[in-house]
Amino acid sequence: MRTTSNIDMENKLDIKEKIAAMEPSAVWSDAGDGMFRVPVSSFRPLAEKLKNEEGFDFLRSLTGMDWGEEGLGCVYHLENTATGENVVISTADADRDNARVPSVHDLWKGANFNEREAYDFFGIKFVGHPDLRRLFLRDDWQGHPLRKDYDMALNPLNMENEGNEDEAPSYEMTPDGGYILRRHPLFEDQEYVINIGPQHPATHGVLRFRVSLEGETIKKIDVHSGYIHRGIEKLCESLTYPQTLALTDRLDYLGAMQNRHALCACIEKAMGLEVSDRIKCIRTIMDELQRIDSHLLFIACLSQDMGALEVFFLGFRDREKVLDILEQTTGGRLIQTYNTIGGVQADIHPDFMKKTKEFIRYMRPKMREYQEIFTDNVIVRKRLTGTGILSREDAISFGATGGSGRASGWACDVRKRHPYAMYDKVDFEEITFAAGDCFDRYMVRVKEIEQSLNIIEQLIDNIPEGEWQMKVKPVIKLPAGSWYTAVEGSRGEFGVFIESRGDKFPYRVKFRSTGLPLVSCIDTISRNAKIADLIAIGGTLDYVVPDIDR
Amino acid sequence: MKRNVSIKSMKYEDFNDNEYIEQMLKELRDNGTNVIVGCLDDVIEWGRSNSLWPLTFATSCCGIEFMAIGAARYDFARFGFEVARSSPRQADFIMVAGTITNKMAPVLKRLYDQMADPKYVIATGGCAISGGPFKKSYHVVNGVDKIIPVDVYIPGCPPRPEAMLYGLMQLQRKVKAQRFLGGINKGISEKEYEKMMRKDTSRTEDYRDYDESGLA
Amino acid sequence: MFDFGIITGWIHTQLTSVMSEQLAIFLECVIVGILLLLVYVIVAIIMIYMERKVCAAFQCRLGPTRVGPWGSLQVFCDVFKMLTKEIITVRHSDKFLYNLAPFIVILASVMAFACIPMSRGLEILDFNVGVFFFMAASSIGIVGILLAGWSSNSKFSLIGAMRSGAQMISYELSVGLSILTIVVLTDTMQFSEIVMRQEDGWFIFKGHIPAVISFIIYLIAANAEVNRGPFDLPEAESELTAGYHTEYSGMHFGLFYVAEFVNLFIVSSIAATIFLGGWMPLHIPGLDGFNAVMDWIPGFVWYFAKAFFVVWLLMWIKWTFPRLRIDQILTLEWKYLVPIGLANLLLMVIVVVFKLHF
Repeated sequence: MRTTSNIDMENKLDIKEKIAAMEPSAVWSDAGDGMFRVPVSSFRPLAEKLKNEEGFDFLRSLTGMDWGEEGLGCVYHLENTATGENVVISTADADRDNARVPSVHDLWKGANFNEREAYDFFGIKFVGHPDLRRLFLRDDWQGHPLRKDYDMALNPLNMENEGNEDEAPSYEMTPDGGYILRRHPLFEDQEYVINIGPQHPATHGVLRFRVSLEGETIKKIDVHSGYIHRGIEKLCESLTYPQTLALTDRLDYLGAMQNRHALCACIEKAMGLEVSDRIKCIRTIMDELQRIDSHLLFIACLSQDMGALEVFFLGFRDREKVLDILEQTTGGRLIQTYNTIGGVQADIHPDFMKKTKEFIRYMRPKMREYQEIFTDNVIVRKRLTGTGILSREDAISFGATGGSGRASGWACDVRKRHPYAMYDKVDFEEITFAAGDCFDRYMVRVKEIEQSLNIIEQLIDNIPEGEWQMKVKPVIKLPAGSWYTAVEGSRGEFGVFIESRGDKFPYRVKFRSTGLPLVSCIDTISRNAKIADLIAIGGTLDYVVPDIDR
Repeated sequence: MKRNVSIKSMKYEDFNDNEYIEQMLKELRDNGTNVIVGCLDDVIEWGRSNSLWPLTFATSCCGIEFMAIGAARYDFARFGFEVARSSPRQADFIMVAGTITNKMAPVLKRLYDQMADPKYVIATGGCAISGGPFKKSYHVVNGVDKIIPVDVYIPGCPPRPEAMLYGLMQLQRKVKAQRFLGGINKGISEKEYEKMMRKDTSRTEDYRDYDESGLA
Repeated sequence: MFDFGIITGWIHTQLTSVMSEQLAIFLECVIVGILLLLVYVIVAIIMIYMERKVCAAFQCRLGPTRVGPWGSLQVFCDVFKMLTKEIITVRHSDKFLYNLAPFIVILASVMAFACIPMSRGLEILDFNVGVFFFMAASSIGIVGILLAGWSSNSKFSLIGAMRSGAQMISYELSVGLSILTIVVLTDTMQFSEIVMRQEDGWFIFKGHIPAVISFIIYLIAANAEVNRGPFDLPEAESELTAGYHTEYSGMHFGLFYVAEFVNLFIVSSIAATIFLGGWMPLHIPGLDGFNAVMDWIPGFVWYFAKAFFVVWLLMWIKWTFPRLRIDQILTLEWKYLVPIGLANLLLMVIVVVFKLHF
């Protein structure tokens, strides 16, 4: 743990000097993780240099911010996938009514949806963005909810059916320095557009695609999300730090342990609290059990989407075994609320080790069953191989982490990139494939179940003695500053960004959704595929909708 | 004739915590019916209560538990519930599993309207009952009963599968306590319905002109 | 082997003794029609119950258990439910066609059902081109499905209907070719004759290699013909919510539902009749004692046992295999099944001409 943070520090020094040389107007602030503040006017050139010259090709997170009097702006977390360097850049426009930030959607494709989100939440107009519609809220929504000056009474429940915005607005700069609003039609008049979702068995929740078809072939997909946007980030701003923990489990409910782990780790980092090895070990095991649970559900749902119902039941049968173990210790099946700041809710159950070992013995041969019934099935192979290819460049550019990124050959596992908890002490393999098609995405998950079993096996007999809850003050106040911590969730990098002003409430909490990048690449990878392929692609991308919408 | 309402292998005492179903039962016992109508009603309600098909609808966490009761360990096929239909036209009840947000609310209402009578609603989990942990959010409906009539509430976050099965059995009990003949099937005339619906969908109606040939 | 023709003949003579010939035939038609519908409904109920129990067994579940012994009354509950459910007519739909479609589907299904000989002397429609009639009657169902999809004024329904059009018409060809292979072997198109010719061994044994090939082709094509998984594209639940019957509710949907299951039974019983001897017991030439014992088991028991065995095979396939994609379905048919079927037909002709069969 200590060694890696030292490496991080060195990297930072190195890149710090470079940025200072590149852009003299950039101001370094040391609070928290430390970040550069760049004026809006020089942000775009700096971003271009960082992307094209310094190789910062992965936009980890884009966070919209309301800095009060300093105006509205964004925080960009960038990573160089080749060297592992990280840098945080922020920019702000002081004009609150008409905040404008240049768009970076052409540098990092993942910025497309993230900027739409920031526009939706803060009303920041991204100049040059091709499709600046709201992402989560209704088109007729008044105001921007995550602003500090947002009036809750503005938007009562509106039961009128929502119309479809068929034009995408964009702000473009004119040569004389002004801005004009342009509108582009999304679909042509004669296109056959069908609605998949929000209530549809294969969208895994309430996601909505407007799909333009030519026969059975998909021409274009317009993603609508926000049907389960619960405003968790805004809610967190009015909760104390221990209270915020309650909401993370409900983001990606198949990665409940990992989500909460990320938030706890972030708060602990900000507090400067180092947890005991026992806690780290328990958290690691729990994370891996959760991962197995999630991947089993992935296999089950994928097979259900493809029409092979038998495997759905096999997946659920085995998943119940994991839930039994989790339930015994945490008391919950799906929402475990187990991690706390500085520890875990309760020590592991006396039977935990026995049951876990039993499960490992049970699960290993079962993997063979999935292989025989599903993986080796000729129809499965025919349908998954070669469909929905996501190239490595696109995966990085979109920020499609997790199994989907690794299937495209991008070694993006946070457990290896920025080891946390016990992951630097256990021996496991990072599964990567090269083709990036649906079949590889499926295989990554299957192989990862085996790796997770390996990790648990290495740790289960060696849980060190120690406290399971560190001493923490009842009222937690974080120093002023901002922190970002990521863990490898079940379906990608789950990050937590906290900005604190020294209060017992966070000033801003942002969860880096694992699913949003996955959904943003769906239009790219399913063009010219069939409707049935879209279902397979959606199944293998393995997104959880509440995690996208937050 | 007095109709009896019981659920197989469940003691009555395990069930009587549900006040309004008790009320329905009392009304049912107090006002006897004609023997023929009563018998026919009994058979119809027996059939309906044992063949409630859910709509595959889930918005968040509770949806996974909803899948779990369909899966091997909890298996709601035992009750005859397993034919989950994806088309609201063919479903008998909608299990609102998960948070309903402001953007989803009109969609949920529409789904409910699209279902064929007799139809039932189960509010599953804290979010659907009252907004749950997200009660104070700017984008969450505080309880689906503000939008559509709810028959059974299943508390929990998410409810355990056992709780869901219990809730489903309560729904069965409610169905059995209803009168199909002269009761719940006494709908409104097609004209009135049309008028009601038109009011509701007039906005989308203006939005696009329909081509009467069948293709919009 | 008991011949039901004796009973029917006796009824006919009794009726003609009290009334005129025409009236007797009319009355018989009515009785037969009612009986046919009754058997149809019973088969549907058994099939739906079987489907739910069989798929539960494949999926480590129990299936319905709570109404009647082993949940055997489950289907009756469903029927009561369906009958009392509201029938929704969609605005902006073609009302006449919309209401007509389910009846066309059920009509085609009943007509095809009438062709099957269930025991000796228990055949309703039995004439010299019975196979032809069966093929023609069963393909009317496609029209119903197309109409349903077209008239619902729903995009999902339309895609489902178009898929079923492409799929069912294509697979009709393979079904025809594989049946034709057996027709070459038997040189008759009358179902009762086809069964009678299997007295000294079922065709799947007599026709050996080409018969087995055409049996396999028939199973695949017939499965596609009745829209069952892995060929259930027209109603692909995870893609098109419910496909062509998305907008149908209540008993209208119930008719589609029933027709789907009985169609499965029909194609299975055709497979049983043509390849596995129909109601003909298992006879091995030369073993007279064995054959005599087999003859003790009534014909309709043989027939239903074989038909349900094939049904069970198809259910097994449905619940295990994932769905195909539309282009894969058409590739399978036009690039593989049809050429193989044609070559197989040729092979059968050679086998028959050179008397290579048993």
